[in-house]
Amino acid sequence: MKEPKQEQWAIETTGLKKYFGNNRAVDGVELKVKKGTIYGVLGPNGAGKTTTIRMLTTLLKPDGGSAKVLGYDIIDDAHQVRQRISLTGQFASLDEDLSGMENMVMIGRLFGFSRRDAKKRAEELLTAFDLFDAAKRQVKNYSGGMRRRLDIAASIIVSPELLFLDEPTTGLDPRSRNQVWDIIRLLVKAGTTVLLTTQYLDEADQLADRIAVIDHGKVIAEGTSGELKASIGTGKLHVRVLDPEMRGQAAEVLEQTIQTEVQLGTDPLVLTAQVSDTTLVSKALLAFEDANIPITDFSLGQPSLDEVFLTLTGRPTDDQATEEVAK
Amino acid sequence: MSNLTQSSAIEKALSNQVRPKKASPLSACLTFSGRMLLKIKYVPEQLFDITAFPVIYLLMFTYLFGGAIAGSTAAYLQFVLPGILVLTVVMITMYTGIELNNDIKKGIFDRFRTLPIWNPAVLVGALLVDLVRYLIASTIMLVLGYTLGFRADGGFSGLVLGIAILLLFAFSVSWIWTTLSMIMRSEKSLLGVSMMILFPTTFVSNVFVAPETMPSWLEAFVEVNPITLLVRAVRGFMEGAPDYQAVMWVCLISLGLIIIFGPLTMYLYKRK
Repeated sequence: MKEPKQEQWAIETTGLKKYFGNNRAVDGVELKVKKGTIYGVLGPNGAGKTTTIRMLTTLLKPDGGSAKVLGYDIIDDAHQVRQRISLTGQFASLDEDLSGMENMVMIGRLFGFSRRDAKKRAEELLTAFDLFDAAKRQVKNYSGGMRRRLDIAASIIVSPELLFLDEPTTGLDPRSRNQVWDIIRLLVKAGTTVLLTTQYLDEADQLADRIAVIDHGKVIAEGTSGELKASIGTGKLHVRVLDPEMRGQAAEVLEQTIQTEVQLGTDPLVLTAQVSDTTLVSKALLAFEDANIPITDFSLGQPSLDEVFLTLTGRPTDDQATEEVAK
Repeated sequence: MSNLTQSSAIEKALSNQVRPKKASPLSACLTFSGRMLLKIKYVPEQLFDITAFPVIYLLMFTYLFGGAIAGSTAAYLQFVLPGILVLTVVMITMYTGIELNNDIKKGIFDRFRTLPIWNPAVLVGALLVDLVRYLIASTIMLVLGYTLGFRADGGFSGLVLGIAILLLFAFSVSWIWTTLSMIMRSEKSLLGVSMMILFPTTFVSNVFVAPETMPSWLEAFVEVNPITLLVRAVRGFMEGAPDYQAVMWVCLISLGLIIIFGPLTMYLYKRK
């Protein structure tokens, strides 16, 4: 520990820029990622997430700004950076023509393991990631989830200090997605810093300690998921009545107490309302009791990241993204 | 496998923080060679070019031109075999570029580029395997040539030296294709450009006929064509009358090609 103040940042960028012709793919990104945490970079397709990762992993030279990864400059000390990081790309960074085992041994050898040690490490990781039975099959015959797990396994043959995961769960079914999430959590528990990009809001919500929302190559919001939600200001009240006949009356009562517009959900039992003053909410509960309207659900929730994103960018996330989002 | 045992297995695997010594350039090259050999294991058809071309070319050119050019196919075979050997091997160097052009688009190259290894290893390793491919092609052609009646006056050592200088040149020329494969965006355009370079340089040479029979302006070009020099060197070794001047030129040209196109390839590779 030389300078603990500097050492705490795994990634520090200032005004990172990359232009492709007229397209400002990354236009002054500022990121600070604390060691030992999961950092989520959230944004729609084409927001500049992958380009940012490619610069931080020394695959692309920035056109402007600077970045330090684990204290090393990404241009001047690229080799030092490469020794400490690992990348799991958006498209599997594996050799499709080779088997899972052959991929692992090859990468192990390139890290400097002897043939025997590379094989031992490969077996250990393949077993841990539940891939041992498929070890002899060509990767092109793997399912999406298996490919992703193998990709991550290959990235941690030598435990990296910092792991970049570019859209680690895009295109995975919910079960495989949960497996990948579990693996990521375990990685961080073991001391690795993880930077992941995602277009799925609930993924950032579930995993990331801090989130940067990127749009058009710029960070438009940054904070914990709680902070991002709080920045929107209001919570959402969700009420479910027992009897659909009573909903009209319930809406009237609610509108009177909380003094904001009440929306009727598509579900004939549901009422929702945006509330800014939460003290009124408890009054609403009493008002229902006074009016003798039986209710089955009454909850005040924070806005979903979906709503946060919508408010920040003024447009909904990509269709593709919303489809997969749980709520 | 239950979740609990799996997470503990993962945790155990993660706790193994062994950090081996950086791989040496040689071991990195050999690992990449191993990768290419595994690819051949899975798709043996890719050996088609090095097995079929030598046979087709040798039979075709010997029997097509032999009677007309040398009066008899037997006499022509004696003259043309070293030339066709050069033509065939130089032609198949082109596939190195095409293979790389295909390969480099794949995600695995992102990983290779972020590994702390000697960067050129990925290309040098592949080219080493290509040398084996060229060697196989040469052997097939020589075996076929011998059954058809070809005899090398230079003996076995002449054959070995002839093939050695051919492989040196093929290795150097491959760097032109690796450079082009970094520039060209599609396999088709790469194939087009490679053909445009290879066809004139291999055919407008002394492979098929003696340059003295050509118009003087063409002869002038043929005399400085590196392929001509290479054919003279290979022919010299195989006939037992080594042309050391040609050998020296071939070595110089090969060295020059590596010095120019090796770093150029790596420069483009890093920026890609």
